[in-house]
Amino acid sequence: MTDQDRKPALRLEGIVKTFPGVRALDGVSLSVMPGEVHALMGENGAGKSTLMKVLGGLHQPNEGRIFIGDEPVVMGSPMDAKAKGVVFIHQELSLAEELSVAENIYLGQLPRKSFGRVDWTRLHADSDAILKRLNCGFGSGAIVGELSIANMQMVEIARALTVDAKAVIFDEPTASLTDAEKVVLFEVIADLRKQGVGIVYISHRMEEIFRISDRISVLRDGAYRGTLKTAETDEDEVTRLMIGRSLDLSRNAEHVELGDVALEVRGLSCGKLFHDVSFDLRAGEVLGFYGLVGAGRTEIAETLFGLRTPTAGKILLKGREVTIHSPMDAIAHGLSLVPEDRKSQGLILGMNCRDNITLPQVDDLTAGPFVSDGAEIAIFDQYRDRLDIKTPSWRQLVGNLSGGNQQKIVIGKWLSMRPEVLIVDEPTRGIDVGSKSEIHNLIRELAKSGYAVIVISSEMPEVLRVSDRVAAMYSGKLMRIFTADEVTEDNLVQAISGLSENSRVA
Amino acid sequence: MQKDTRARLIKDGAIWGFIVLELIFFSVAGHFLSLSENAFMDLENMLLLLKQSAPIGIIALGMTMVMINGNIDLSVGAIFALSAVVMLDSMGWAVFAPLGDWVIPISWALALLTGMALGAINGLIVWKTGVDAFIVTLGSMLGFRGLVFMYNGEQPTFHLNWTMVDMAQASVFGLQTPSLVLIACTAIVWWILNKTIHGRNVYAVGDNREAAVNAGIRVGPHMMINFVIIGFLAALSSVVFYSASGSVNPNDGMLYELWVITAVVLGGTKLTGGKGSVIATFGGVIAIQLLRKGLGHIGADTAMVSLVIGSILIVVLYLDKQLNRKGAEDLKL
Repeated sequence: MTDQDRKPALRLEGIVKTFPGVRALDGVSLSVMPGEVHALMGENGAGKSTLMKVLGGLHQPNEGRIFIGDEPVVMGSPMDAKAKGVVFIHQELSLAEELSVAENIYLGQLPRKSFGRVDWTRLHADSDAILKRLNCGFGSGAIVGELSIANMQMVEIARALTVDAKAVIFDEPTASLTDAEKVVLFEVIADLRKQGVGIVYISHRMEEIFRISDRISVLRDGAYRGTLKTAETDEDEVTRLMIGRSLDLSRNAEHVELGDVALEVRGLSCGKLFHDVSFDLRAGEVLGFYGLVGAGRTEIAETLFGLRTPTAGKILLKGREVTIHSPMDAIAHGLSLVPEDRKSQGLILGMNCRDNITLPQVDDLTAGPFVSDGAEIAIFDQYRDRLDIKTPSWRQLVGNLSGGNQQKIVIGKWLSMRPEVLIVDEPTRGIDVGSKSEIHNLIRELAKSGYAVIVISSEMPEVLRVSDRVAAMYSGKLMRIFTADEVTEDNLVQAISGLSENSRVA
Repeated sequence: MQKDTRARLIKDGAIWGFIVLELIFFSVAGHFLSLSENAFMDLENMLLLLKQSAPIGIIALGMTMVMINGNIDLSVGAIFALSAVVMLDSMGWAVFAPLGDWVIPISWALALLTGMALGAINGLIVWKTGVDAFIVTLGSMLGFRGLVFMYNGEQPTFHLNWTMVDMAQASVFGLQTPSLVLIACTAIVWWILNKTIHGRNVYAVGDNREAAVNAGIRVGPHMMINFVIIGFLAALSSVVFYSASGSVNPNDGMLYELWVITAVVLGGTKLTGGKGSVIATFGGVIAIQLLRKGLGHIGADTAMVSLVIGSILIVVLYLDKQLNRKGAEDLKL
């Protein structure tokens, strides 16, 4: 694919970007050939997004040059970048939900008639043409807020097709796509590349990268670490380049002595979100919940934790039926939830480490009318040591900690409530590869010390690594529970895509 | 999908249903309670109501734009007063004396320019400092009001010009100038919001500012234009009102911002931006004026009027929240 005599579609040369106190990018170079899929990898904080912001005109580089074809260019603004043929597909949906699909596709460049009027006929005709190319099942007049997340992502992708792009940058585009939709996306990418468009593909998912990319460039700590040809390398080599060492990606093989049944769920339903879910969970066991986004996994956790009212079904804790009306009930019954979104649901970023850990029980830690500082610090110390939280002191604001340490604070907070059942939703989302395995080991250890643990995750390696059993969810239904011995990547993928029901996925 | 459209229609039409309800209530209650002989739903009374809605209504149109845009402007009452001061004072300036009645358009233009300049100041500060519009316009509300007092102390500013009064009270088909201006402005702002690129960007920026930035919309200047528009409309409202009355007190226009925001919110515009319609705002303005007038008609005093409108606002927003819930599936607070 990468003929040496062809000129790159997009070339970055020695880009340096500094922020006060940080050298975010340190002489990064990158070239993307026309018709090439160039994967960009790196841990969180390695500088990928800063690099893309420089390329998109949101930041100006302190040093270095950007070339499109042969011409050096300066990206003054996102508009500028787009006009020059560099198009972004953002990871986080960047849509105005109250507006129509067409208006979102042409956001910022609506076709113009006299007196600054919008040319609606042209807008809808052009948008419909693009949607047809993408095989989308909705029209350009639909309101974006009423579409499914995956369809919203397709709208985002449709934006790339509005201009004559020379390079398209995909930032984690598959995060919320179903497998069927991924296929469409990969077709779109193949289509673009046939037209000679250079593609930069940012993703954490190795299997995708190895499936579609031609070359892989790796960033670490803001510095360029090298470029590998996909056909000549393997996951291990890429990982080593990313984190400087190999990673333990093995499956969970240990068998722990299981205790009594801690949690039984019988026929639990909640409206259209999920229905008839039944499972058991024993002390000392890790049950993994795997499925696509929107399959109802998080909703089950929220129902167990008293955040949603079940419409049917029973929850039994240690054999006794309980009704959980609120998180307070759940905590009192020995259930704890480490939520999906650490920053908005799990932590108060502006508070210090100690206060975050003791938040749920601060009512009980009193000395007379005041909060007992000593008791709080004692609890903090205990969990800092036990979970190996790296922070200079309890006074540190949690907003300043790394993702891995933040997650440990949340886990510590709930452990200090002495739960019997611990539910962990997406334990390593947004945590870099190095700290991931630390969190995984922690979860295994917690199970070993007698907690019953539910782990909800969208990453298959993670589920396979930590779980004793894996529950596969599809579209609100619990499809099957696998034991660690019988689960394979193939049968798991089949279970979460609903087998023959693939076409129904929206 | 069909059900969604119907739900949408019901919600968008709610304000008109509310108005009908008010009309029925006040007609029936007025029949028993009112001291006056006239029916409430008398044509003349309704035309008067439209005219009385104009000062708040014209500003509310601009507020709708600013609020859809995700901002707010608390300084409209002060802009209203300051524009009036400029208009009435400038009519007496010696430079304009030889112009005779031609001073009227000049004074109007000066007042409108004042409004636009004050709006531009708000917009520029919001754009350049990135400080929340609530804070910026809270400051300018106090600041602009200070300017009003610096002009003439506690004294009213007045200038009576009968030609101007005649113009302000002219009427077509029984609609007086203020009503005509309100209707025309509603049409124009509707056109801007629904047909022009600037208008569609108003929604986009309010809905998802980051997306708008990513899409290359220059959000700062864009927001400033909207502040200029609301400044213009506040001044226009003032021109229409004070051309007829000819005298402005330094305290005039106080609390206008709250009435205006109440009308806009009643009309269904989201406080967080991205959603709203001027037609519904027009309905909100009429609904409030109906309440004020209707409660007066059945003999309630002004204190009662405030209490009722306040309660209704909260009830309406609560109902709106309930309508938007997804029932049992929803996450508990």
